Amino acid sequence: MDNTQLRNLSIVAGHYGAGKTNFAVNLAIWAKTVFPGLPVHAADLDIVNPYFRTADAVPLLREHGIDPLIPAFANTNVDIPSLPPRMRGLIGSKNDVTIVDVGGDDGSVALGMYRQAILEAGYSLFYVVNRFRPLIADPEDAVGCMIEIERACGLRCTALVNNSNLGAETTEKDIVDCVEYGRECARRCGIPLFCHVWCPEYAPDTPLFMEKGGYAEEPLFPIVNATKRLF
Amino acid sequence: MSKVLMKGNEAIAEAAIAAGCVYFFGYPITPQTEVAEYMAKRLPKVSGLCLQAESEVAAINMLMGASAAGTRAMTSSSSPGVSLKSEGISYIAGCDLPCLVVNVQRGGPGLGGIQPSQQDYYQATRGVGHGDLRLIVLAPSSVQEMASLTAEAFDLADTYRMPAMLLADGALGQMMEPVDFSVFPKRELPEKTWATNGTKGERKKNIVNSLFIDPNELEDSIRARYERYAKVEADEVRYEEYMTDDADIILVAFGITARIAKSAIADTRKEGIKAGLLRPITLWPFPKKKLGELADTAKVFLSVEMSMGQMVDDVRLAVNGKRPVHFFGRTGGIIPSVEEVAAEIRKLAQAY
Repeated sequence: MDNTQLRNLSIVAGHYGAGKTNFAVNLAIWAKTVFPGLPVHAADLDIVNPYFRTADAVPLLREHGIDPLIPAFANTNVDIPSLPPRMRGLIGSKNDVTIVDVGGDDGSVALGMYRQAILEAGYSLFYVVNRFRPLIADPEDAVGCMIEIERACGLRCTALVNNSNLGAETTEKDIVDCVEYGRECARRCGIPLFCHVWCPEYAPDTPLFMEKGGYAEEPLFPIVNATKRLF
Repeated sequence: MSKVLMKGNEAIAEAAIAAGCVYFFGYPITPQTEVAEYMAKRLPKVSGLCLQAESEVAAINMLMGASAAGTRAMTSSSSPGVSLKSEGISYIAGCDLPCLVVNVQRGGPGLGGIQPSQQDYYQATRGVGHGDLRLIVLAPSSVQEMASLTAEAFDLADTYRMPAMLLADGALGQMMEPVDFSVFPKRELPEKTWATNGTKGERKKNIVNSLFIDPNELEDSIRARYERYAKVEADEVRYEEYMTDDADIILVAFGITARIAKSAIADTRKEGIKAGLLRPITLWPFPKKKLGELADTAKVFLSVEMSMGQMVDDVRLAVNGKRPVHFFGRTGGIIPSVEEVAAEIRKLAQAY
């Protein structure tokens, strides 16, 4: 993976249900290894989904020494993107790493309130895609979704994350079969492909399958499942 | 690629389109808004129409019109919105019109909350509108069933010329699971000879109406409708059994709660407790005959719900005093945990 894609301020956006929250939580965990010594913060700016969000992963984040910034009323009935004031101070700080999980599609409009500061500070914006999501299964639709997000938040996506998965039913073959999709999305979006995501819990032999499929050089990003389990 | 990853709400919308639904009338409300959002994106691409009405009341009356014209049409909402639609649902039932009403339940009463609940069981199975009427009520328990039962609900509604309801909850609406759309069976459906879709000068005009001047005529029409309801009760009861064969303790749970109950049963089975689950898939018609049979061999029943206890009444009616019926529930948007349900099972195992 290209470490330089990760910056002090790294934002994660994408079509809802593509797996942003899971990726954002894992990106924060990875950031601890890329920036050893710097405090890592994970901010939840998701206004679209009141059910599954970074706020659910607080214990996992704390376990990895990550500071969760969650709206004061997350998971209640007055859930709004009211991040703590210190969020503003983190934008532009060279002594902190902040990962921001924004809501799907037009949910990224909430990011707009920090737009000017973000532009001045510099940022990475990871755009997450998943071929198993019907509305972005076609790379052309994935481009359309990216444009919608960029319009809503006034920022440019800088790297593509191929998070093609079927949740717990994901197989190694599914991941290998979606490599070309990830490449095509990155090509059409005009941004570099940051990684193909895989979950060792569900598809443990992914690296082996990738090698056999002739994709030994592809960047692979292992994640732990951070999605809330209801039963 | 046979499977896709979808939110429950999206699965409802996609399944409806696959089933030939071309009209959607709705009004946004959490946690069902993705149904409308998905319809707004997809329906125009299949020459359909997704219309955000000015209110739930308007939406349900638009649905009545679209259904009277013989088209496949639906609306969706969440608990408070369904209350607003109740008058229209009664009119639709009185007009003998088939359609689909989706309720992705949230906590009530009143504005309540946006978290999942099963507090609208009474409303769906008893009091969804005024008058002598029934809805076919289907309760999905997975994202796959959000899709398959949507398709099924349309077919049942057409077969029996009556409205059907998909009674889901916010958790099912929001969670994501793989769905396979290639597996739905097709029914033979009756022709809609009653539809007000233009006589073309070839037949007498059809009238769709729920007003009767003569009470004798009204009574006759209700009796005829109830003959159809009796047929639904005889032929369309659906349920799933899980480890009921040797069970002393029968849990009864529907929707998302049934999945929690299954996990609790699997956990307590490891301790030697013989528990099992009857999951009603149709809430009306309710699987009362099956429950009555289980009461011959089981020792005790436990209804598990996300409410203060509503379906438990139907369980008691079905068990008919043969065995004790207990209740466990969380309400107001709280999902019961596997541990809580397992603890209730252990209590019953000690007592019986």
